[in-house]
Amino acid sequence: MKLTLWTYEGPPHVGAMRVATGMTGLHYVLHAPQGDTYADLLFTMIERRNHRPPVTFTTFQARDLGGDTANLFKASARDAYDRFQPQAMIVGASCTAELIQDDPGGLAEALDLPIPVIPLELPSYQRKENFGADETFFQIVKALAKPMPRTDAVTCNLLGATGLGFRHRDDVTEVTRLLALMGITVNVAAPLGSSPADIARMGQAHFNVLLYPETGETAARHLERACGQPYTKTVPIGVGATREFLREVSGLTGLPATVDESGLRAPWWSASVDSTYLTGKRVFIFGDATHVMAAARIAHAEVGFEVVGMGCFNREFARPLRAAAKGYGLEALITDDYLEVEEEIARLQPELILGTQMERHIGKRLGIPCAVISSPVHVQDFPARYSPQMGFEGANVIFDTWIHPLVMGLEEHLLTMFREDFEFHDEAGPSHHGAKAMARTEADDDLSVLPMADWPPEWTDERDADPRDYPAGPQSGSIPVVMPSGAVVWMPDAERELKKIPFFVRGKARRNTEKYAADRGVQQITVDTLYEAKAHYAR
Amino acid sequence: MSLDLPSSGCRSTPVLKERGQREVFCGLTGIIWLHRKMQDAFFLVVGSRTCAHLLQAAAGVMIFAEPRFGTAILEEKDLAGLADANAELDREVGRLLARRPDIRQLFLVGSCPSEVIKLDLARAAERLNGQHAPHVRVYNYSGSGIETTFTQGEDACLEAMVPTLTTSTARELLIVGAMPDVVEDQCLALLAAMGIGPVRMLPAHRAGELPGVGPQTVFALVQPFLGETHAALQRRGARHLPAPFPFGEEGTTAWLRAIADEFGVPAHLFDAVTAAPRARAQKAVAAQAAELRGKSVFFFPDSQLEIPLARFLVRECGMTAIEVGTPYLHDAIVGPDLDLLPAGPVISEGQDVDKQLDRQRAAAPDLTVCGLGLANPLEAQGFTTKWAIELVFTPVHFYEQAGDLAGLFSRPLRRKAALRQEAIA
Repeated sequence: MKLTLWTYEGPPHVGAMRVATGMTGLHYVLHAPQGDTYADLLFTMIERRNHRPPVTFTTFQARDLGGDTANLFKASARDAYDRFQPQAMIVGASCTAELIQDDPGGLAEALDLPIPVIPLELPSYQRKENFGADETFFQIVKALAKPMPRTDAVTCNLLGATGLGFRHRDDVTEVTRLLALMGITVNVAAPLGSSPADIARMGQAHFNVLLYPETGETAARHLERACGQPYTKTVPIGVGATREFLREVSGLTGLPATVDESGLRAPWWSASVDSTYLTGKRVFIFGDATHVMAAARIAHAEVGFEVVGMGCFNREFARPLRAAAKGYGLEALITDDYLEVEEEIARLQPELILGTQMERHIGKRLGIPCAVISSPVHVQDFPARYSPQMGFEGANVIFDTWIHPLVMGLEEHLLTMFREDFEFHDEAGPSHHGAKAMARTEADDDLSVLPMADWPPEWTDERDADPRDYPAGPQSGSIPVVMPSGAVVWMPDAERELKKIPFFVRGKARRNTEKYAADRGVQQITVDTLYEAKAHYAR
Repeated sequence: MSLDLPSSGCRSTPVLKERGQREVFCGLTGIIWLHRKMQDAFFLVVGSRTCAHLLQAAAGVMIFAEPRFGTAILEEKDLAGLADANAELDREVGRLLARRPDIRQLFLVGSCPSEVIKLDLARAAERLNGQHAPHVRVYNYSGSGIETTFTQGEDACLEAMVPTLTTSTARELLIVGAMPDVVEDQCLALLAAMGIGPVRMLPAHRAGELPGVGPQTVFALVQPFLGETHAALQRRGARHLPAPFPFGEEGTTAWLRAIADEFGVPAHLFDAVTAAPRARAQKAVAAQAAELRGKSVFFFPDSQLEIPLARFLVRECGMTAIEVGTPYLHDAIVGPDLDLLPAGPVISEGQDVDKQLDRQRAAAPDLTVCGLGLANPLEAQGFTTKWAIELVFTPVHFYEQAGDLAGLFSRPLRRKAALRQEAIA
């Protein structure tokens, strides 16, 4: 047993629902107790779908458990076929039904329906949502896609986009456009937007584009074996990755990598002088492995951040992520426990977090800006406007999205220049955050007029996210504050000087100074120590 | 409005009982509002990743606010042998209580998986109670989908507490059902003004405030979904005061009157206390009712609030009910509301969602009250919907909320009328 509050992934049958909901003409009969229909609202509310997911739940209750749950399943499957007349059906069990050991596959087969019925084995107590989606898509492809003669023109399939996927809708559009410029048409994009009949003609494509390894890789491998279709290994998120992807496609097809970069603005935006202040900003990246690896590459090579931490919640991709992290001199954090992620973020004190909905809340708690790069996401990350992550428009979207929560160059300059002014003091925050402007009080300007007992809360600037226990009671200006650990202590003058450093670098300054002091066995940090440390770490 | 019974109510209307796919939440959802009410309680679900995912979906942003609930997720190894599962549970509970010393009540909440593997949480609660008493009291109830539907989770929780309440010989009023604090305060103020007291609440804010119960106790329900708690209190000798539920001006007045009559409150005092809030409630409802009058409403089953709410919408807002679906119909509890609801609507219990959707489509109601899984799909077909869960989380009981309650139903209709996307051609 494991005590859990927040889960990055749902159970595997939710992954199967993502496949079914992404498709048309497919129906999922899910052996599940009353209540499991809650998952419908992920699709109708978060993704704002205008149809019910094509899923029939048997919704058995306690009184059904006497042995007729098998009949209940059969009746539900038959009713679902009669009512919805799907081209194919997938059948399986949720976590509870897995325990009662009815065999949905066998039961459905006994019904002898005139359509393909594909049984799913999704081990709910071992695996999670992404596995469920990947496995379901694989089983559908394995059952329906057969080797076929190739199309005359060069075509490909797009693999892995699903219902409830982060920006899947627009990524499919963007990649379709990229390929069209090279004269490549999309044969089938699946699961999202396909029907079982479409799956059956996947074999005629020349190759496959694997958009999302999490949800499409097993199917891609199968098609490589069964239909002789190679698949792309580069996920086109970021300018560099998109160009590499196009070269890869060119290599697979022999077609020249025709590109239209007329709408690509991110590289110039990043090169323009206002972006200079982004250089070396420390960023922590967490999410699903695919988006994290892509984001790290963009952060490092295209925006000029320093990647100080990266990790993913999906263990299936731990190996490639570890390898990628090594490339940045980092140890990857592989965990599905958000408390570990929070601890790591608090320790690293990044200036920007790129993560999921959960990291957005961690960032809020710690006062660190955050942008969302990966599922799980909330309703606002299924936007009405066109917002791909992939391709060149994706690069533009990413630049805007990541930079927005940061203080931009000119504004940072103003804050530093005029931080004694009432509009630009530390607590005012960036102008575009929507946070309430806070007027500076006179008392803040001159710390020396404050009673000593009032200092500690002033010192524990929330943005420093460096909560420390300060001893209570009056203190004189000459007596250092003793840290509970008995380690390095800050002299009041130094602490006051630290306060003059802009809040967005103060955490780093504090940490660096303490490290500098500790390394040299200095126990009391004075103003001099602060500036010695600054000189030491100056780049 | 008069309390005279309509020429014929719905009490004797044959109930359409259906079984089939049920588009409803399970009882675990009740934790979301119960944990906020009981400030020193922690709700530990013993279940699967699905259970944790459901709580996450239902709790929305609340999940980020260090809520006092969580899921002990069963893993492969827990399914192998039961002895092991108990040891695992003890360890997780130990860690939890060490981390949260403020917790005084711990609820082990059963789920479908824990019940199917027959993990004996009742015995586990007893064992853990022995280990952690007197600081923490450990209870057990089922919030599983196989046993409970949505609000029944609260019923199962309160039922589990009843046998452990101290015995009281005092003639006291017990009000049963979790209400938002603002509503609870209004309710207590009205009763106090009539000289009724002390009034005890179940659930209480804290373990130390739990009521006693005994043969002199009379109790009133503020929620219609408390059938098992009702029975458990009666087993302790307490007596139920049947009344319509306190929705709208009429419902609130009838509910208060049942209590006032029991405690011998003179009519002039009752009128003096209720006159002003009644007038306010009537005025507030009237403003919203203008948009509801003459419109038809169709209820999908969700919370068991449907019958009292239909009564309010029909009698106080002038709506016509087409079908009133409820997950369970407890005649002794919603009988007074059924008496007041004029004959006409289909009263249905249980669900076969596809068939019910066929009926809904054929009836083409002006307003459909349903869950979030159905709301957007129905909107896309041109129906106006009101999602039902909000009715459980929003303060809707008693006089001061009567206008807000009507507003919850009028707003979707007003919005539908307000949105105009001009066609080009």
